[in-house]
Amino acid sequence: MFVRGLKRKCFDGEEDIEGTLAGIKAIPSYNLQRQSLLDMSLVKLQLCHMLVEPNLCRSVLIANTVRQIQEEMTQDGTWQMINTQSTGQASLDRLVSTDILCRSSREQAEGKHVPGYSTFNKDFQGDQAQDSSETMSTAPSVQGPRNLQSNMWEMENPQENKGTFQKSLDQIFETLENKSPNSVEDLFSEVDNSYYDLDTMLTGMMSNTKMGHCDGLETFSSTTTTASNSNCKSDLNELDHIVEILVES
Amino acid sequence: FLGAGGGNDIQWCFSQVKGAVDDDVAEADIISTVEFNHSGELLATGDKGGRVVIFQQEQENKTQSHSRGEYNVYSTFQSHEPEFDYLKSLEIEEKINKIRWLPQKNAAQFLLSTNDKTIKLWKISERDKRPEGYNLKEEDGRYRDPTTVTTLRVPVFRPMDLMVEASPRRIFANAHTYHINSISINSDYETYLSADDLRINLWHLEITDRSFNIVDIKPANMEELTEVITAAEFHPNSCNTFVYSSSKGTIRLCDMRASALCDRHSKLFEEPEDPSNRSFFSEIISSISDVKFSHSGRYMMTRDYLSVKIWDLNMENRPVETYQVHEYLRSKLCSLYENDCIFDKFECCWNGSDRQRYFLPSPPCSIVMTGSYNNFFRMFDRNTKRDITLEASRENNKPRTVLKPRKVCASGKRKKDEISVDSLDFNKKILHTAWHPKENIIAVATTNNLYIFQDKMN
Repeated sequence: MFVRGLKRKCFDGEEDIEGTLAGIKAIPSYNLQRQSLLDMSLVKLQLCHMLVEPNLCRSVLIANTVRQIQEEMTQDGTWQMINTQSTGQASLDRLVSTDILCRSSREQAEGKHVPGYSTFNKDFQGDQAQDSSETMSTAPSVQGPRNLQSNMWEMENPQENKGTFQKSLDQIFETLENKSPNSVEDLFSEVDNSYYDLDTMLTGMMSNTKMGHCDGLETFSSTTTTASNSNCKSDLNELDHIVEILVES
Repeated sequence: FLGAGGGNDIQWCFSQVKGAVDDDVAEADIISTVEFNHSGELLATGDKGGRVVIFQQEQENKTQSHSRGEYNVYSTFQSHEPEFDYLKSLEIEEKINKIRWLPQKNAAQFLLSTNDKTIKLWKISERDKRPEGYNLKEEDGRYRDPTTVTTLRVPVFRPMDLMVEASPRRIFANAHTYHINSISINSDYETYLSADDLRINLWHLEITDRSFNIVDIKPANMEELTEVITAAEFHPNSCNTFVYSSSKGTIRLCDMRASALCDRHSKLFEEPEDPSNRSFFSEIISSISDVKFSHSGRYMMTRDYLSVKIWDLNMENRPVETYQVHEYLRSKLCSLYENDCIFDKFECCWNGSDRQRYFLPSPPCSIVMTGSYNNFFRMFDRNTKRDITLEASRENNKPRTVLKPRKVCASGKRKKDEISVDSLDFNKKILHTAWHPKENIIAVATTNNLYIFQDKMN
């Protein structure tokens, strides 16, 4: 990460600009800050290097932060409320994170039980996915395998959410742990071959590093599209098909 | 630093800088560990490219009493190579995470170096003589025609140019599933421990095919994982005692006599959280990045993101001293989380004893040093409670000129010569520092340069 000074002030601005008019306008609500912290954390968990094992300490700390936020949100009931907010900046933030999350949901929709972390890196390819993500947001979740992402959609039942959330977090840990010997066969049978395509990986890494800046909405919307376009197209056709069915029903 | 008269404060001067000058840092040159040997004569660095460079201090020049010997390259070798784990399809980095010297027993020097998975014992030996006058071989190694051999002679050793050879004597592999973060040599000088994120293993220096697992915090269900091991060290005097720190800010002291698997600690050191400072980042900044025993073993020092704490081994519920390294960063934690700086692992170290000032000692372990951002590093004097911020930079650094103290302006109007928090360069971080065991000489590693500072004598 190449940072010159500090770019964004999330929670940071509070002490400095308290009391000034401009400051009051600029301070986002606590809920919004918390949500953006949650989004940032989820993205961090997903953006792991593909060639080298992710840092377990860092992943654990981020995951604990996510749990903390989720617990707090469950306690004050805002976990449920996210779904009901439909206008304003809040929903835009939600779209931001769900945009990312949706791409991996797409992978899940194909029925592959690919370990979460290897899937996420492919997700940042394909602008086409963006449109489908917006359509997805209105449809109830169809994904069979539960994952972290689907949790953002299934807001109706917070108790259930806690379970799926936990389970999804666990999935991430399983992948971070790099699979027990039992799952070696699974590892080889279910991983998408394009994972090993060097071009795909490198492209994924390049767009990942761009992601890392977390420059708010702009970054997420300008993902690069390169190598696995053909994969995206076939995936999208399937996705469209699924959405069609849902919408008709 | 010292109280008795202003003239006895340590004044730090630039001495040397090693490494490339240009700003474009080659990834392989990033320094990842720095360590003096027990006499201080040798200074080892490890880098991201898996290399170890050892510097040797020149013998003190009797005529030049105003400066201590300079450090020059003594040996360079490739300690670890990148590997590929075929089962997991992941690279194993060759980056040297830690170097620890063994105390010297004979003419050769020994050190342990480790990357994420494998520890190696290296022997560094000098060769300054070679045998000459073989019966059957020419000097260049070619065999002589046997018919020309008419006399018998004994080869003799003749001097040659000094050659320093490093050879791997032991390779301790395949004992760690997770990434090794610490190695520590026991005071028995026969065993050592290696710690990864979830386990600690005990080795015998002579035995490479076996190690004993002494701590295992891996939960049965990885889903329940919330805490990892971040550092571990043997007690300097008790060969059965060691400590390990965690990502939740706790330190556990274990006694190997209690049981084979030291999953139950003898002591648990943890400071209760300050409710007024609570935030979503509280746990992350409490994660301990380094733990170091004092020479006596009575105290230990820990480093977390914002502070250095000194613990008395007899008191578990809070540290006896706390020093704020860069408290001005507390209000910037969100940004530091965003750019991942909040996960930087800073090390810390104690001062040694200063034999030059035997008449007015800087007692050993009375000063602690640690790094910060913008190539700043900090020192805290435990006796006077004074602290100083210095910068490792090539600018304005001539030998024997005293370093100017730096100051960061947290808020409000910035004074002349102060630097504001927002101007700090978070790419320039000093994670590794080392203090000579016997003299006031310090080694400070920036990203790819090694700075050596010494106190101004006279």
